[in-house]
Amino acid sequence: MRPAHRRVISLLKKEYIKTIIKEDKIREDGRHPLDYRKIEIKARGGFTKGEGEAWVRLGRTQVLAGVKIDVGDPYPDSPDTGVLITHEEPLPLASPTFEPGPPDENAIELARVVDRGIRSAEAVDLKQLVIPHPTDPGRNKVYLIFLDIHILDHDGNLQDASALAGIAALMTTVIPEVKMTEDGKLEANLEKLKPLPTKAIPVSVTIAKIGDTLIVDPNLTEEEVADSRITITVDDHNRVCAIQMLGGSFTPAELELAIDIATVKSRELIEKVKAAVKEAEANA
Amino acid sequence: MSIFIEKPPEKLIDEDGTRIDGRKPDEMRPVRIEVGILENADGSAYIEWGGNRILAAVYGPRELHPKHLAQPDKAVLRCRYNMAPFSTSTRKKPGPDRRSIELSKVIREALEPSLFLHEFPGTTIDVFVEVLRSDAGTRVAGTTAASVALADAGIPMRGLVSACTVGRVGDVLVLDVGHEEDQWGDADLALSMLVDYNEITLLQMDGTLTPQQLKQAIGMAMDACKKIHELQKQAIREKYLKIVREIAGETST
Repeated sequence: MRPAHRRVISLLKKEYIKTIIKEDKIREDGRHPLDYRKIEIKARGGFTKGEGEAWVRLGRTQVLAGVKIDVGDPYPDSPDTGVLITHEEPLPLASPTFEPGPPDENAIELARVVDRGIRSAEAVDLKQLVIPHPTDPGRNKVYLIFLDIHILDHDGNLQDASALAGIAALMTTVIPEVKMTEDGKLEANLEKLKPLPTKAIPVSVTIAKIGDTLIVDPNLTEEEVADSRITITVDDHNRVCAIQMLGGSFTPAELELAIDIATVKSRELIEKVKAAVKEAEANA
Repeated sequence: MSIFIEKPPEKLIDEDGTRIDGRKPDEMRPVRIEVGILENADGSAYIEWGGNRILAAVYGPRELHPKHLAQPDKAVLRCRYNMAPFSTSTRKKPGPDRRSIELSKVIREALEPSLFLHEFPGTTIDVFVEVLRSDAGTRVAGTTAASVALADAGIPMRGLVSACTVGRVGDVLVLDVGHEEDQWGDADLALSMLVDYNEITLLQMDGTLTPQQLKQAIGMAMDACKKIHELQKQAIREKYLKIVREIAGETST
């Protein structure tokens, strides 16, 4: 583990957190084990020039997701699907432990787990993102969807905040209609916008184990104290669509419980996303 | 642009449950582990798992450079998962990409709970996983081999870490996902565990499963880990039996 990425928490505080969870089933910020912090999702707030965006506050954690659209060539092994690329940028302004430079293993893992949830659930209908050539399918172009997630303020559980921001941004993204002429020229109609086709709402539920208690939505201090963590992504069709264990270990019984917790808590998060999308559409 | 683009097969599994490579749903590919095959490394292992060919090597505990990364109370475990350029059908660009950085991290975290790192403060233990030939399931095969290499290096451990994958093809859960199932299957789950303690140390999944299928898949993977665990122990035993035989051979002549 890289020391620059760890905060120092006193042994006394660690012991306190462990003790009150064990004895009173209560957390240092007063939450019950299965309570999320306050969630605010602001989609299409106009903070970016993206075709879609969402600002998420999860307690004091803040992330901003922006979607940019471009047109380009499909991957050679999947000529009839659009391209989705997810990146996560832990900005140095978000935490004293973040440093400038290329994304480290934590940032890469974050982005890849968000991406896996979206891709597995087929949240974006990539098949609908082909721009056909009038006569020659070999010259087809596709939409490129760039999902960039910026971490603005780090107080733990970046995974769930990022997943929420990512899906809310994609669901409120609009794409211009693009047509290709016989000679391969692209004509974009920037006046005529249509929503990005989406099919599912994947949300991730991160569960930490402190002693033998499972808690959801660990804050930064709890992440440091936790023995192990796992992220389980569930979509609105009640399918599990991604899992990532983030260190430590679980017994099979704890895992079963974690799966049950994730399927129940995911419904709460999905409702938040739906409400944010609805609100954005009402203001449009 | 690659010329090695594969076409999806018509079907991955027959009505009678025969998979595309001829296996039954709960059948693993052959696994063979060899211990101590590198001279320089403090510990090493080679694994053949289906078409996978993977080397794992361990150096350490040794001095950690740069020094400021050292931990005053325990050894730092580092892990590098790397795919050789010739390990895939289309040449893989050398060097770490995003996938291998992530896999290095999850393999390290899969192994960490098995080790007594507090015995070697201020040092590093380096684990190298080199994929020479890939055929689906390299992370679980690599984790399995790396744990054996750590044992071979004499690193104090609670037990061996064993790993396996389970996938879904339509409605069928399949053990030890093969290449085609990895490419075109509907879900893929990787699990590692400390078999001796019934503790799961790595769990990753993509694709989609119902919560019931997920629990069933975890159970299947855990059963498979128990078999892998036996093979790991056998491989380590084999190395020492070989030494015993050599010594016996020498003294008799």
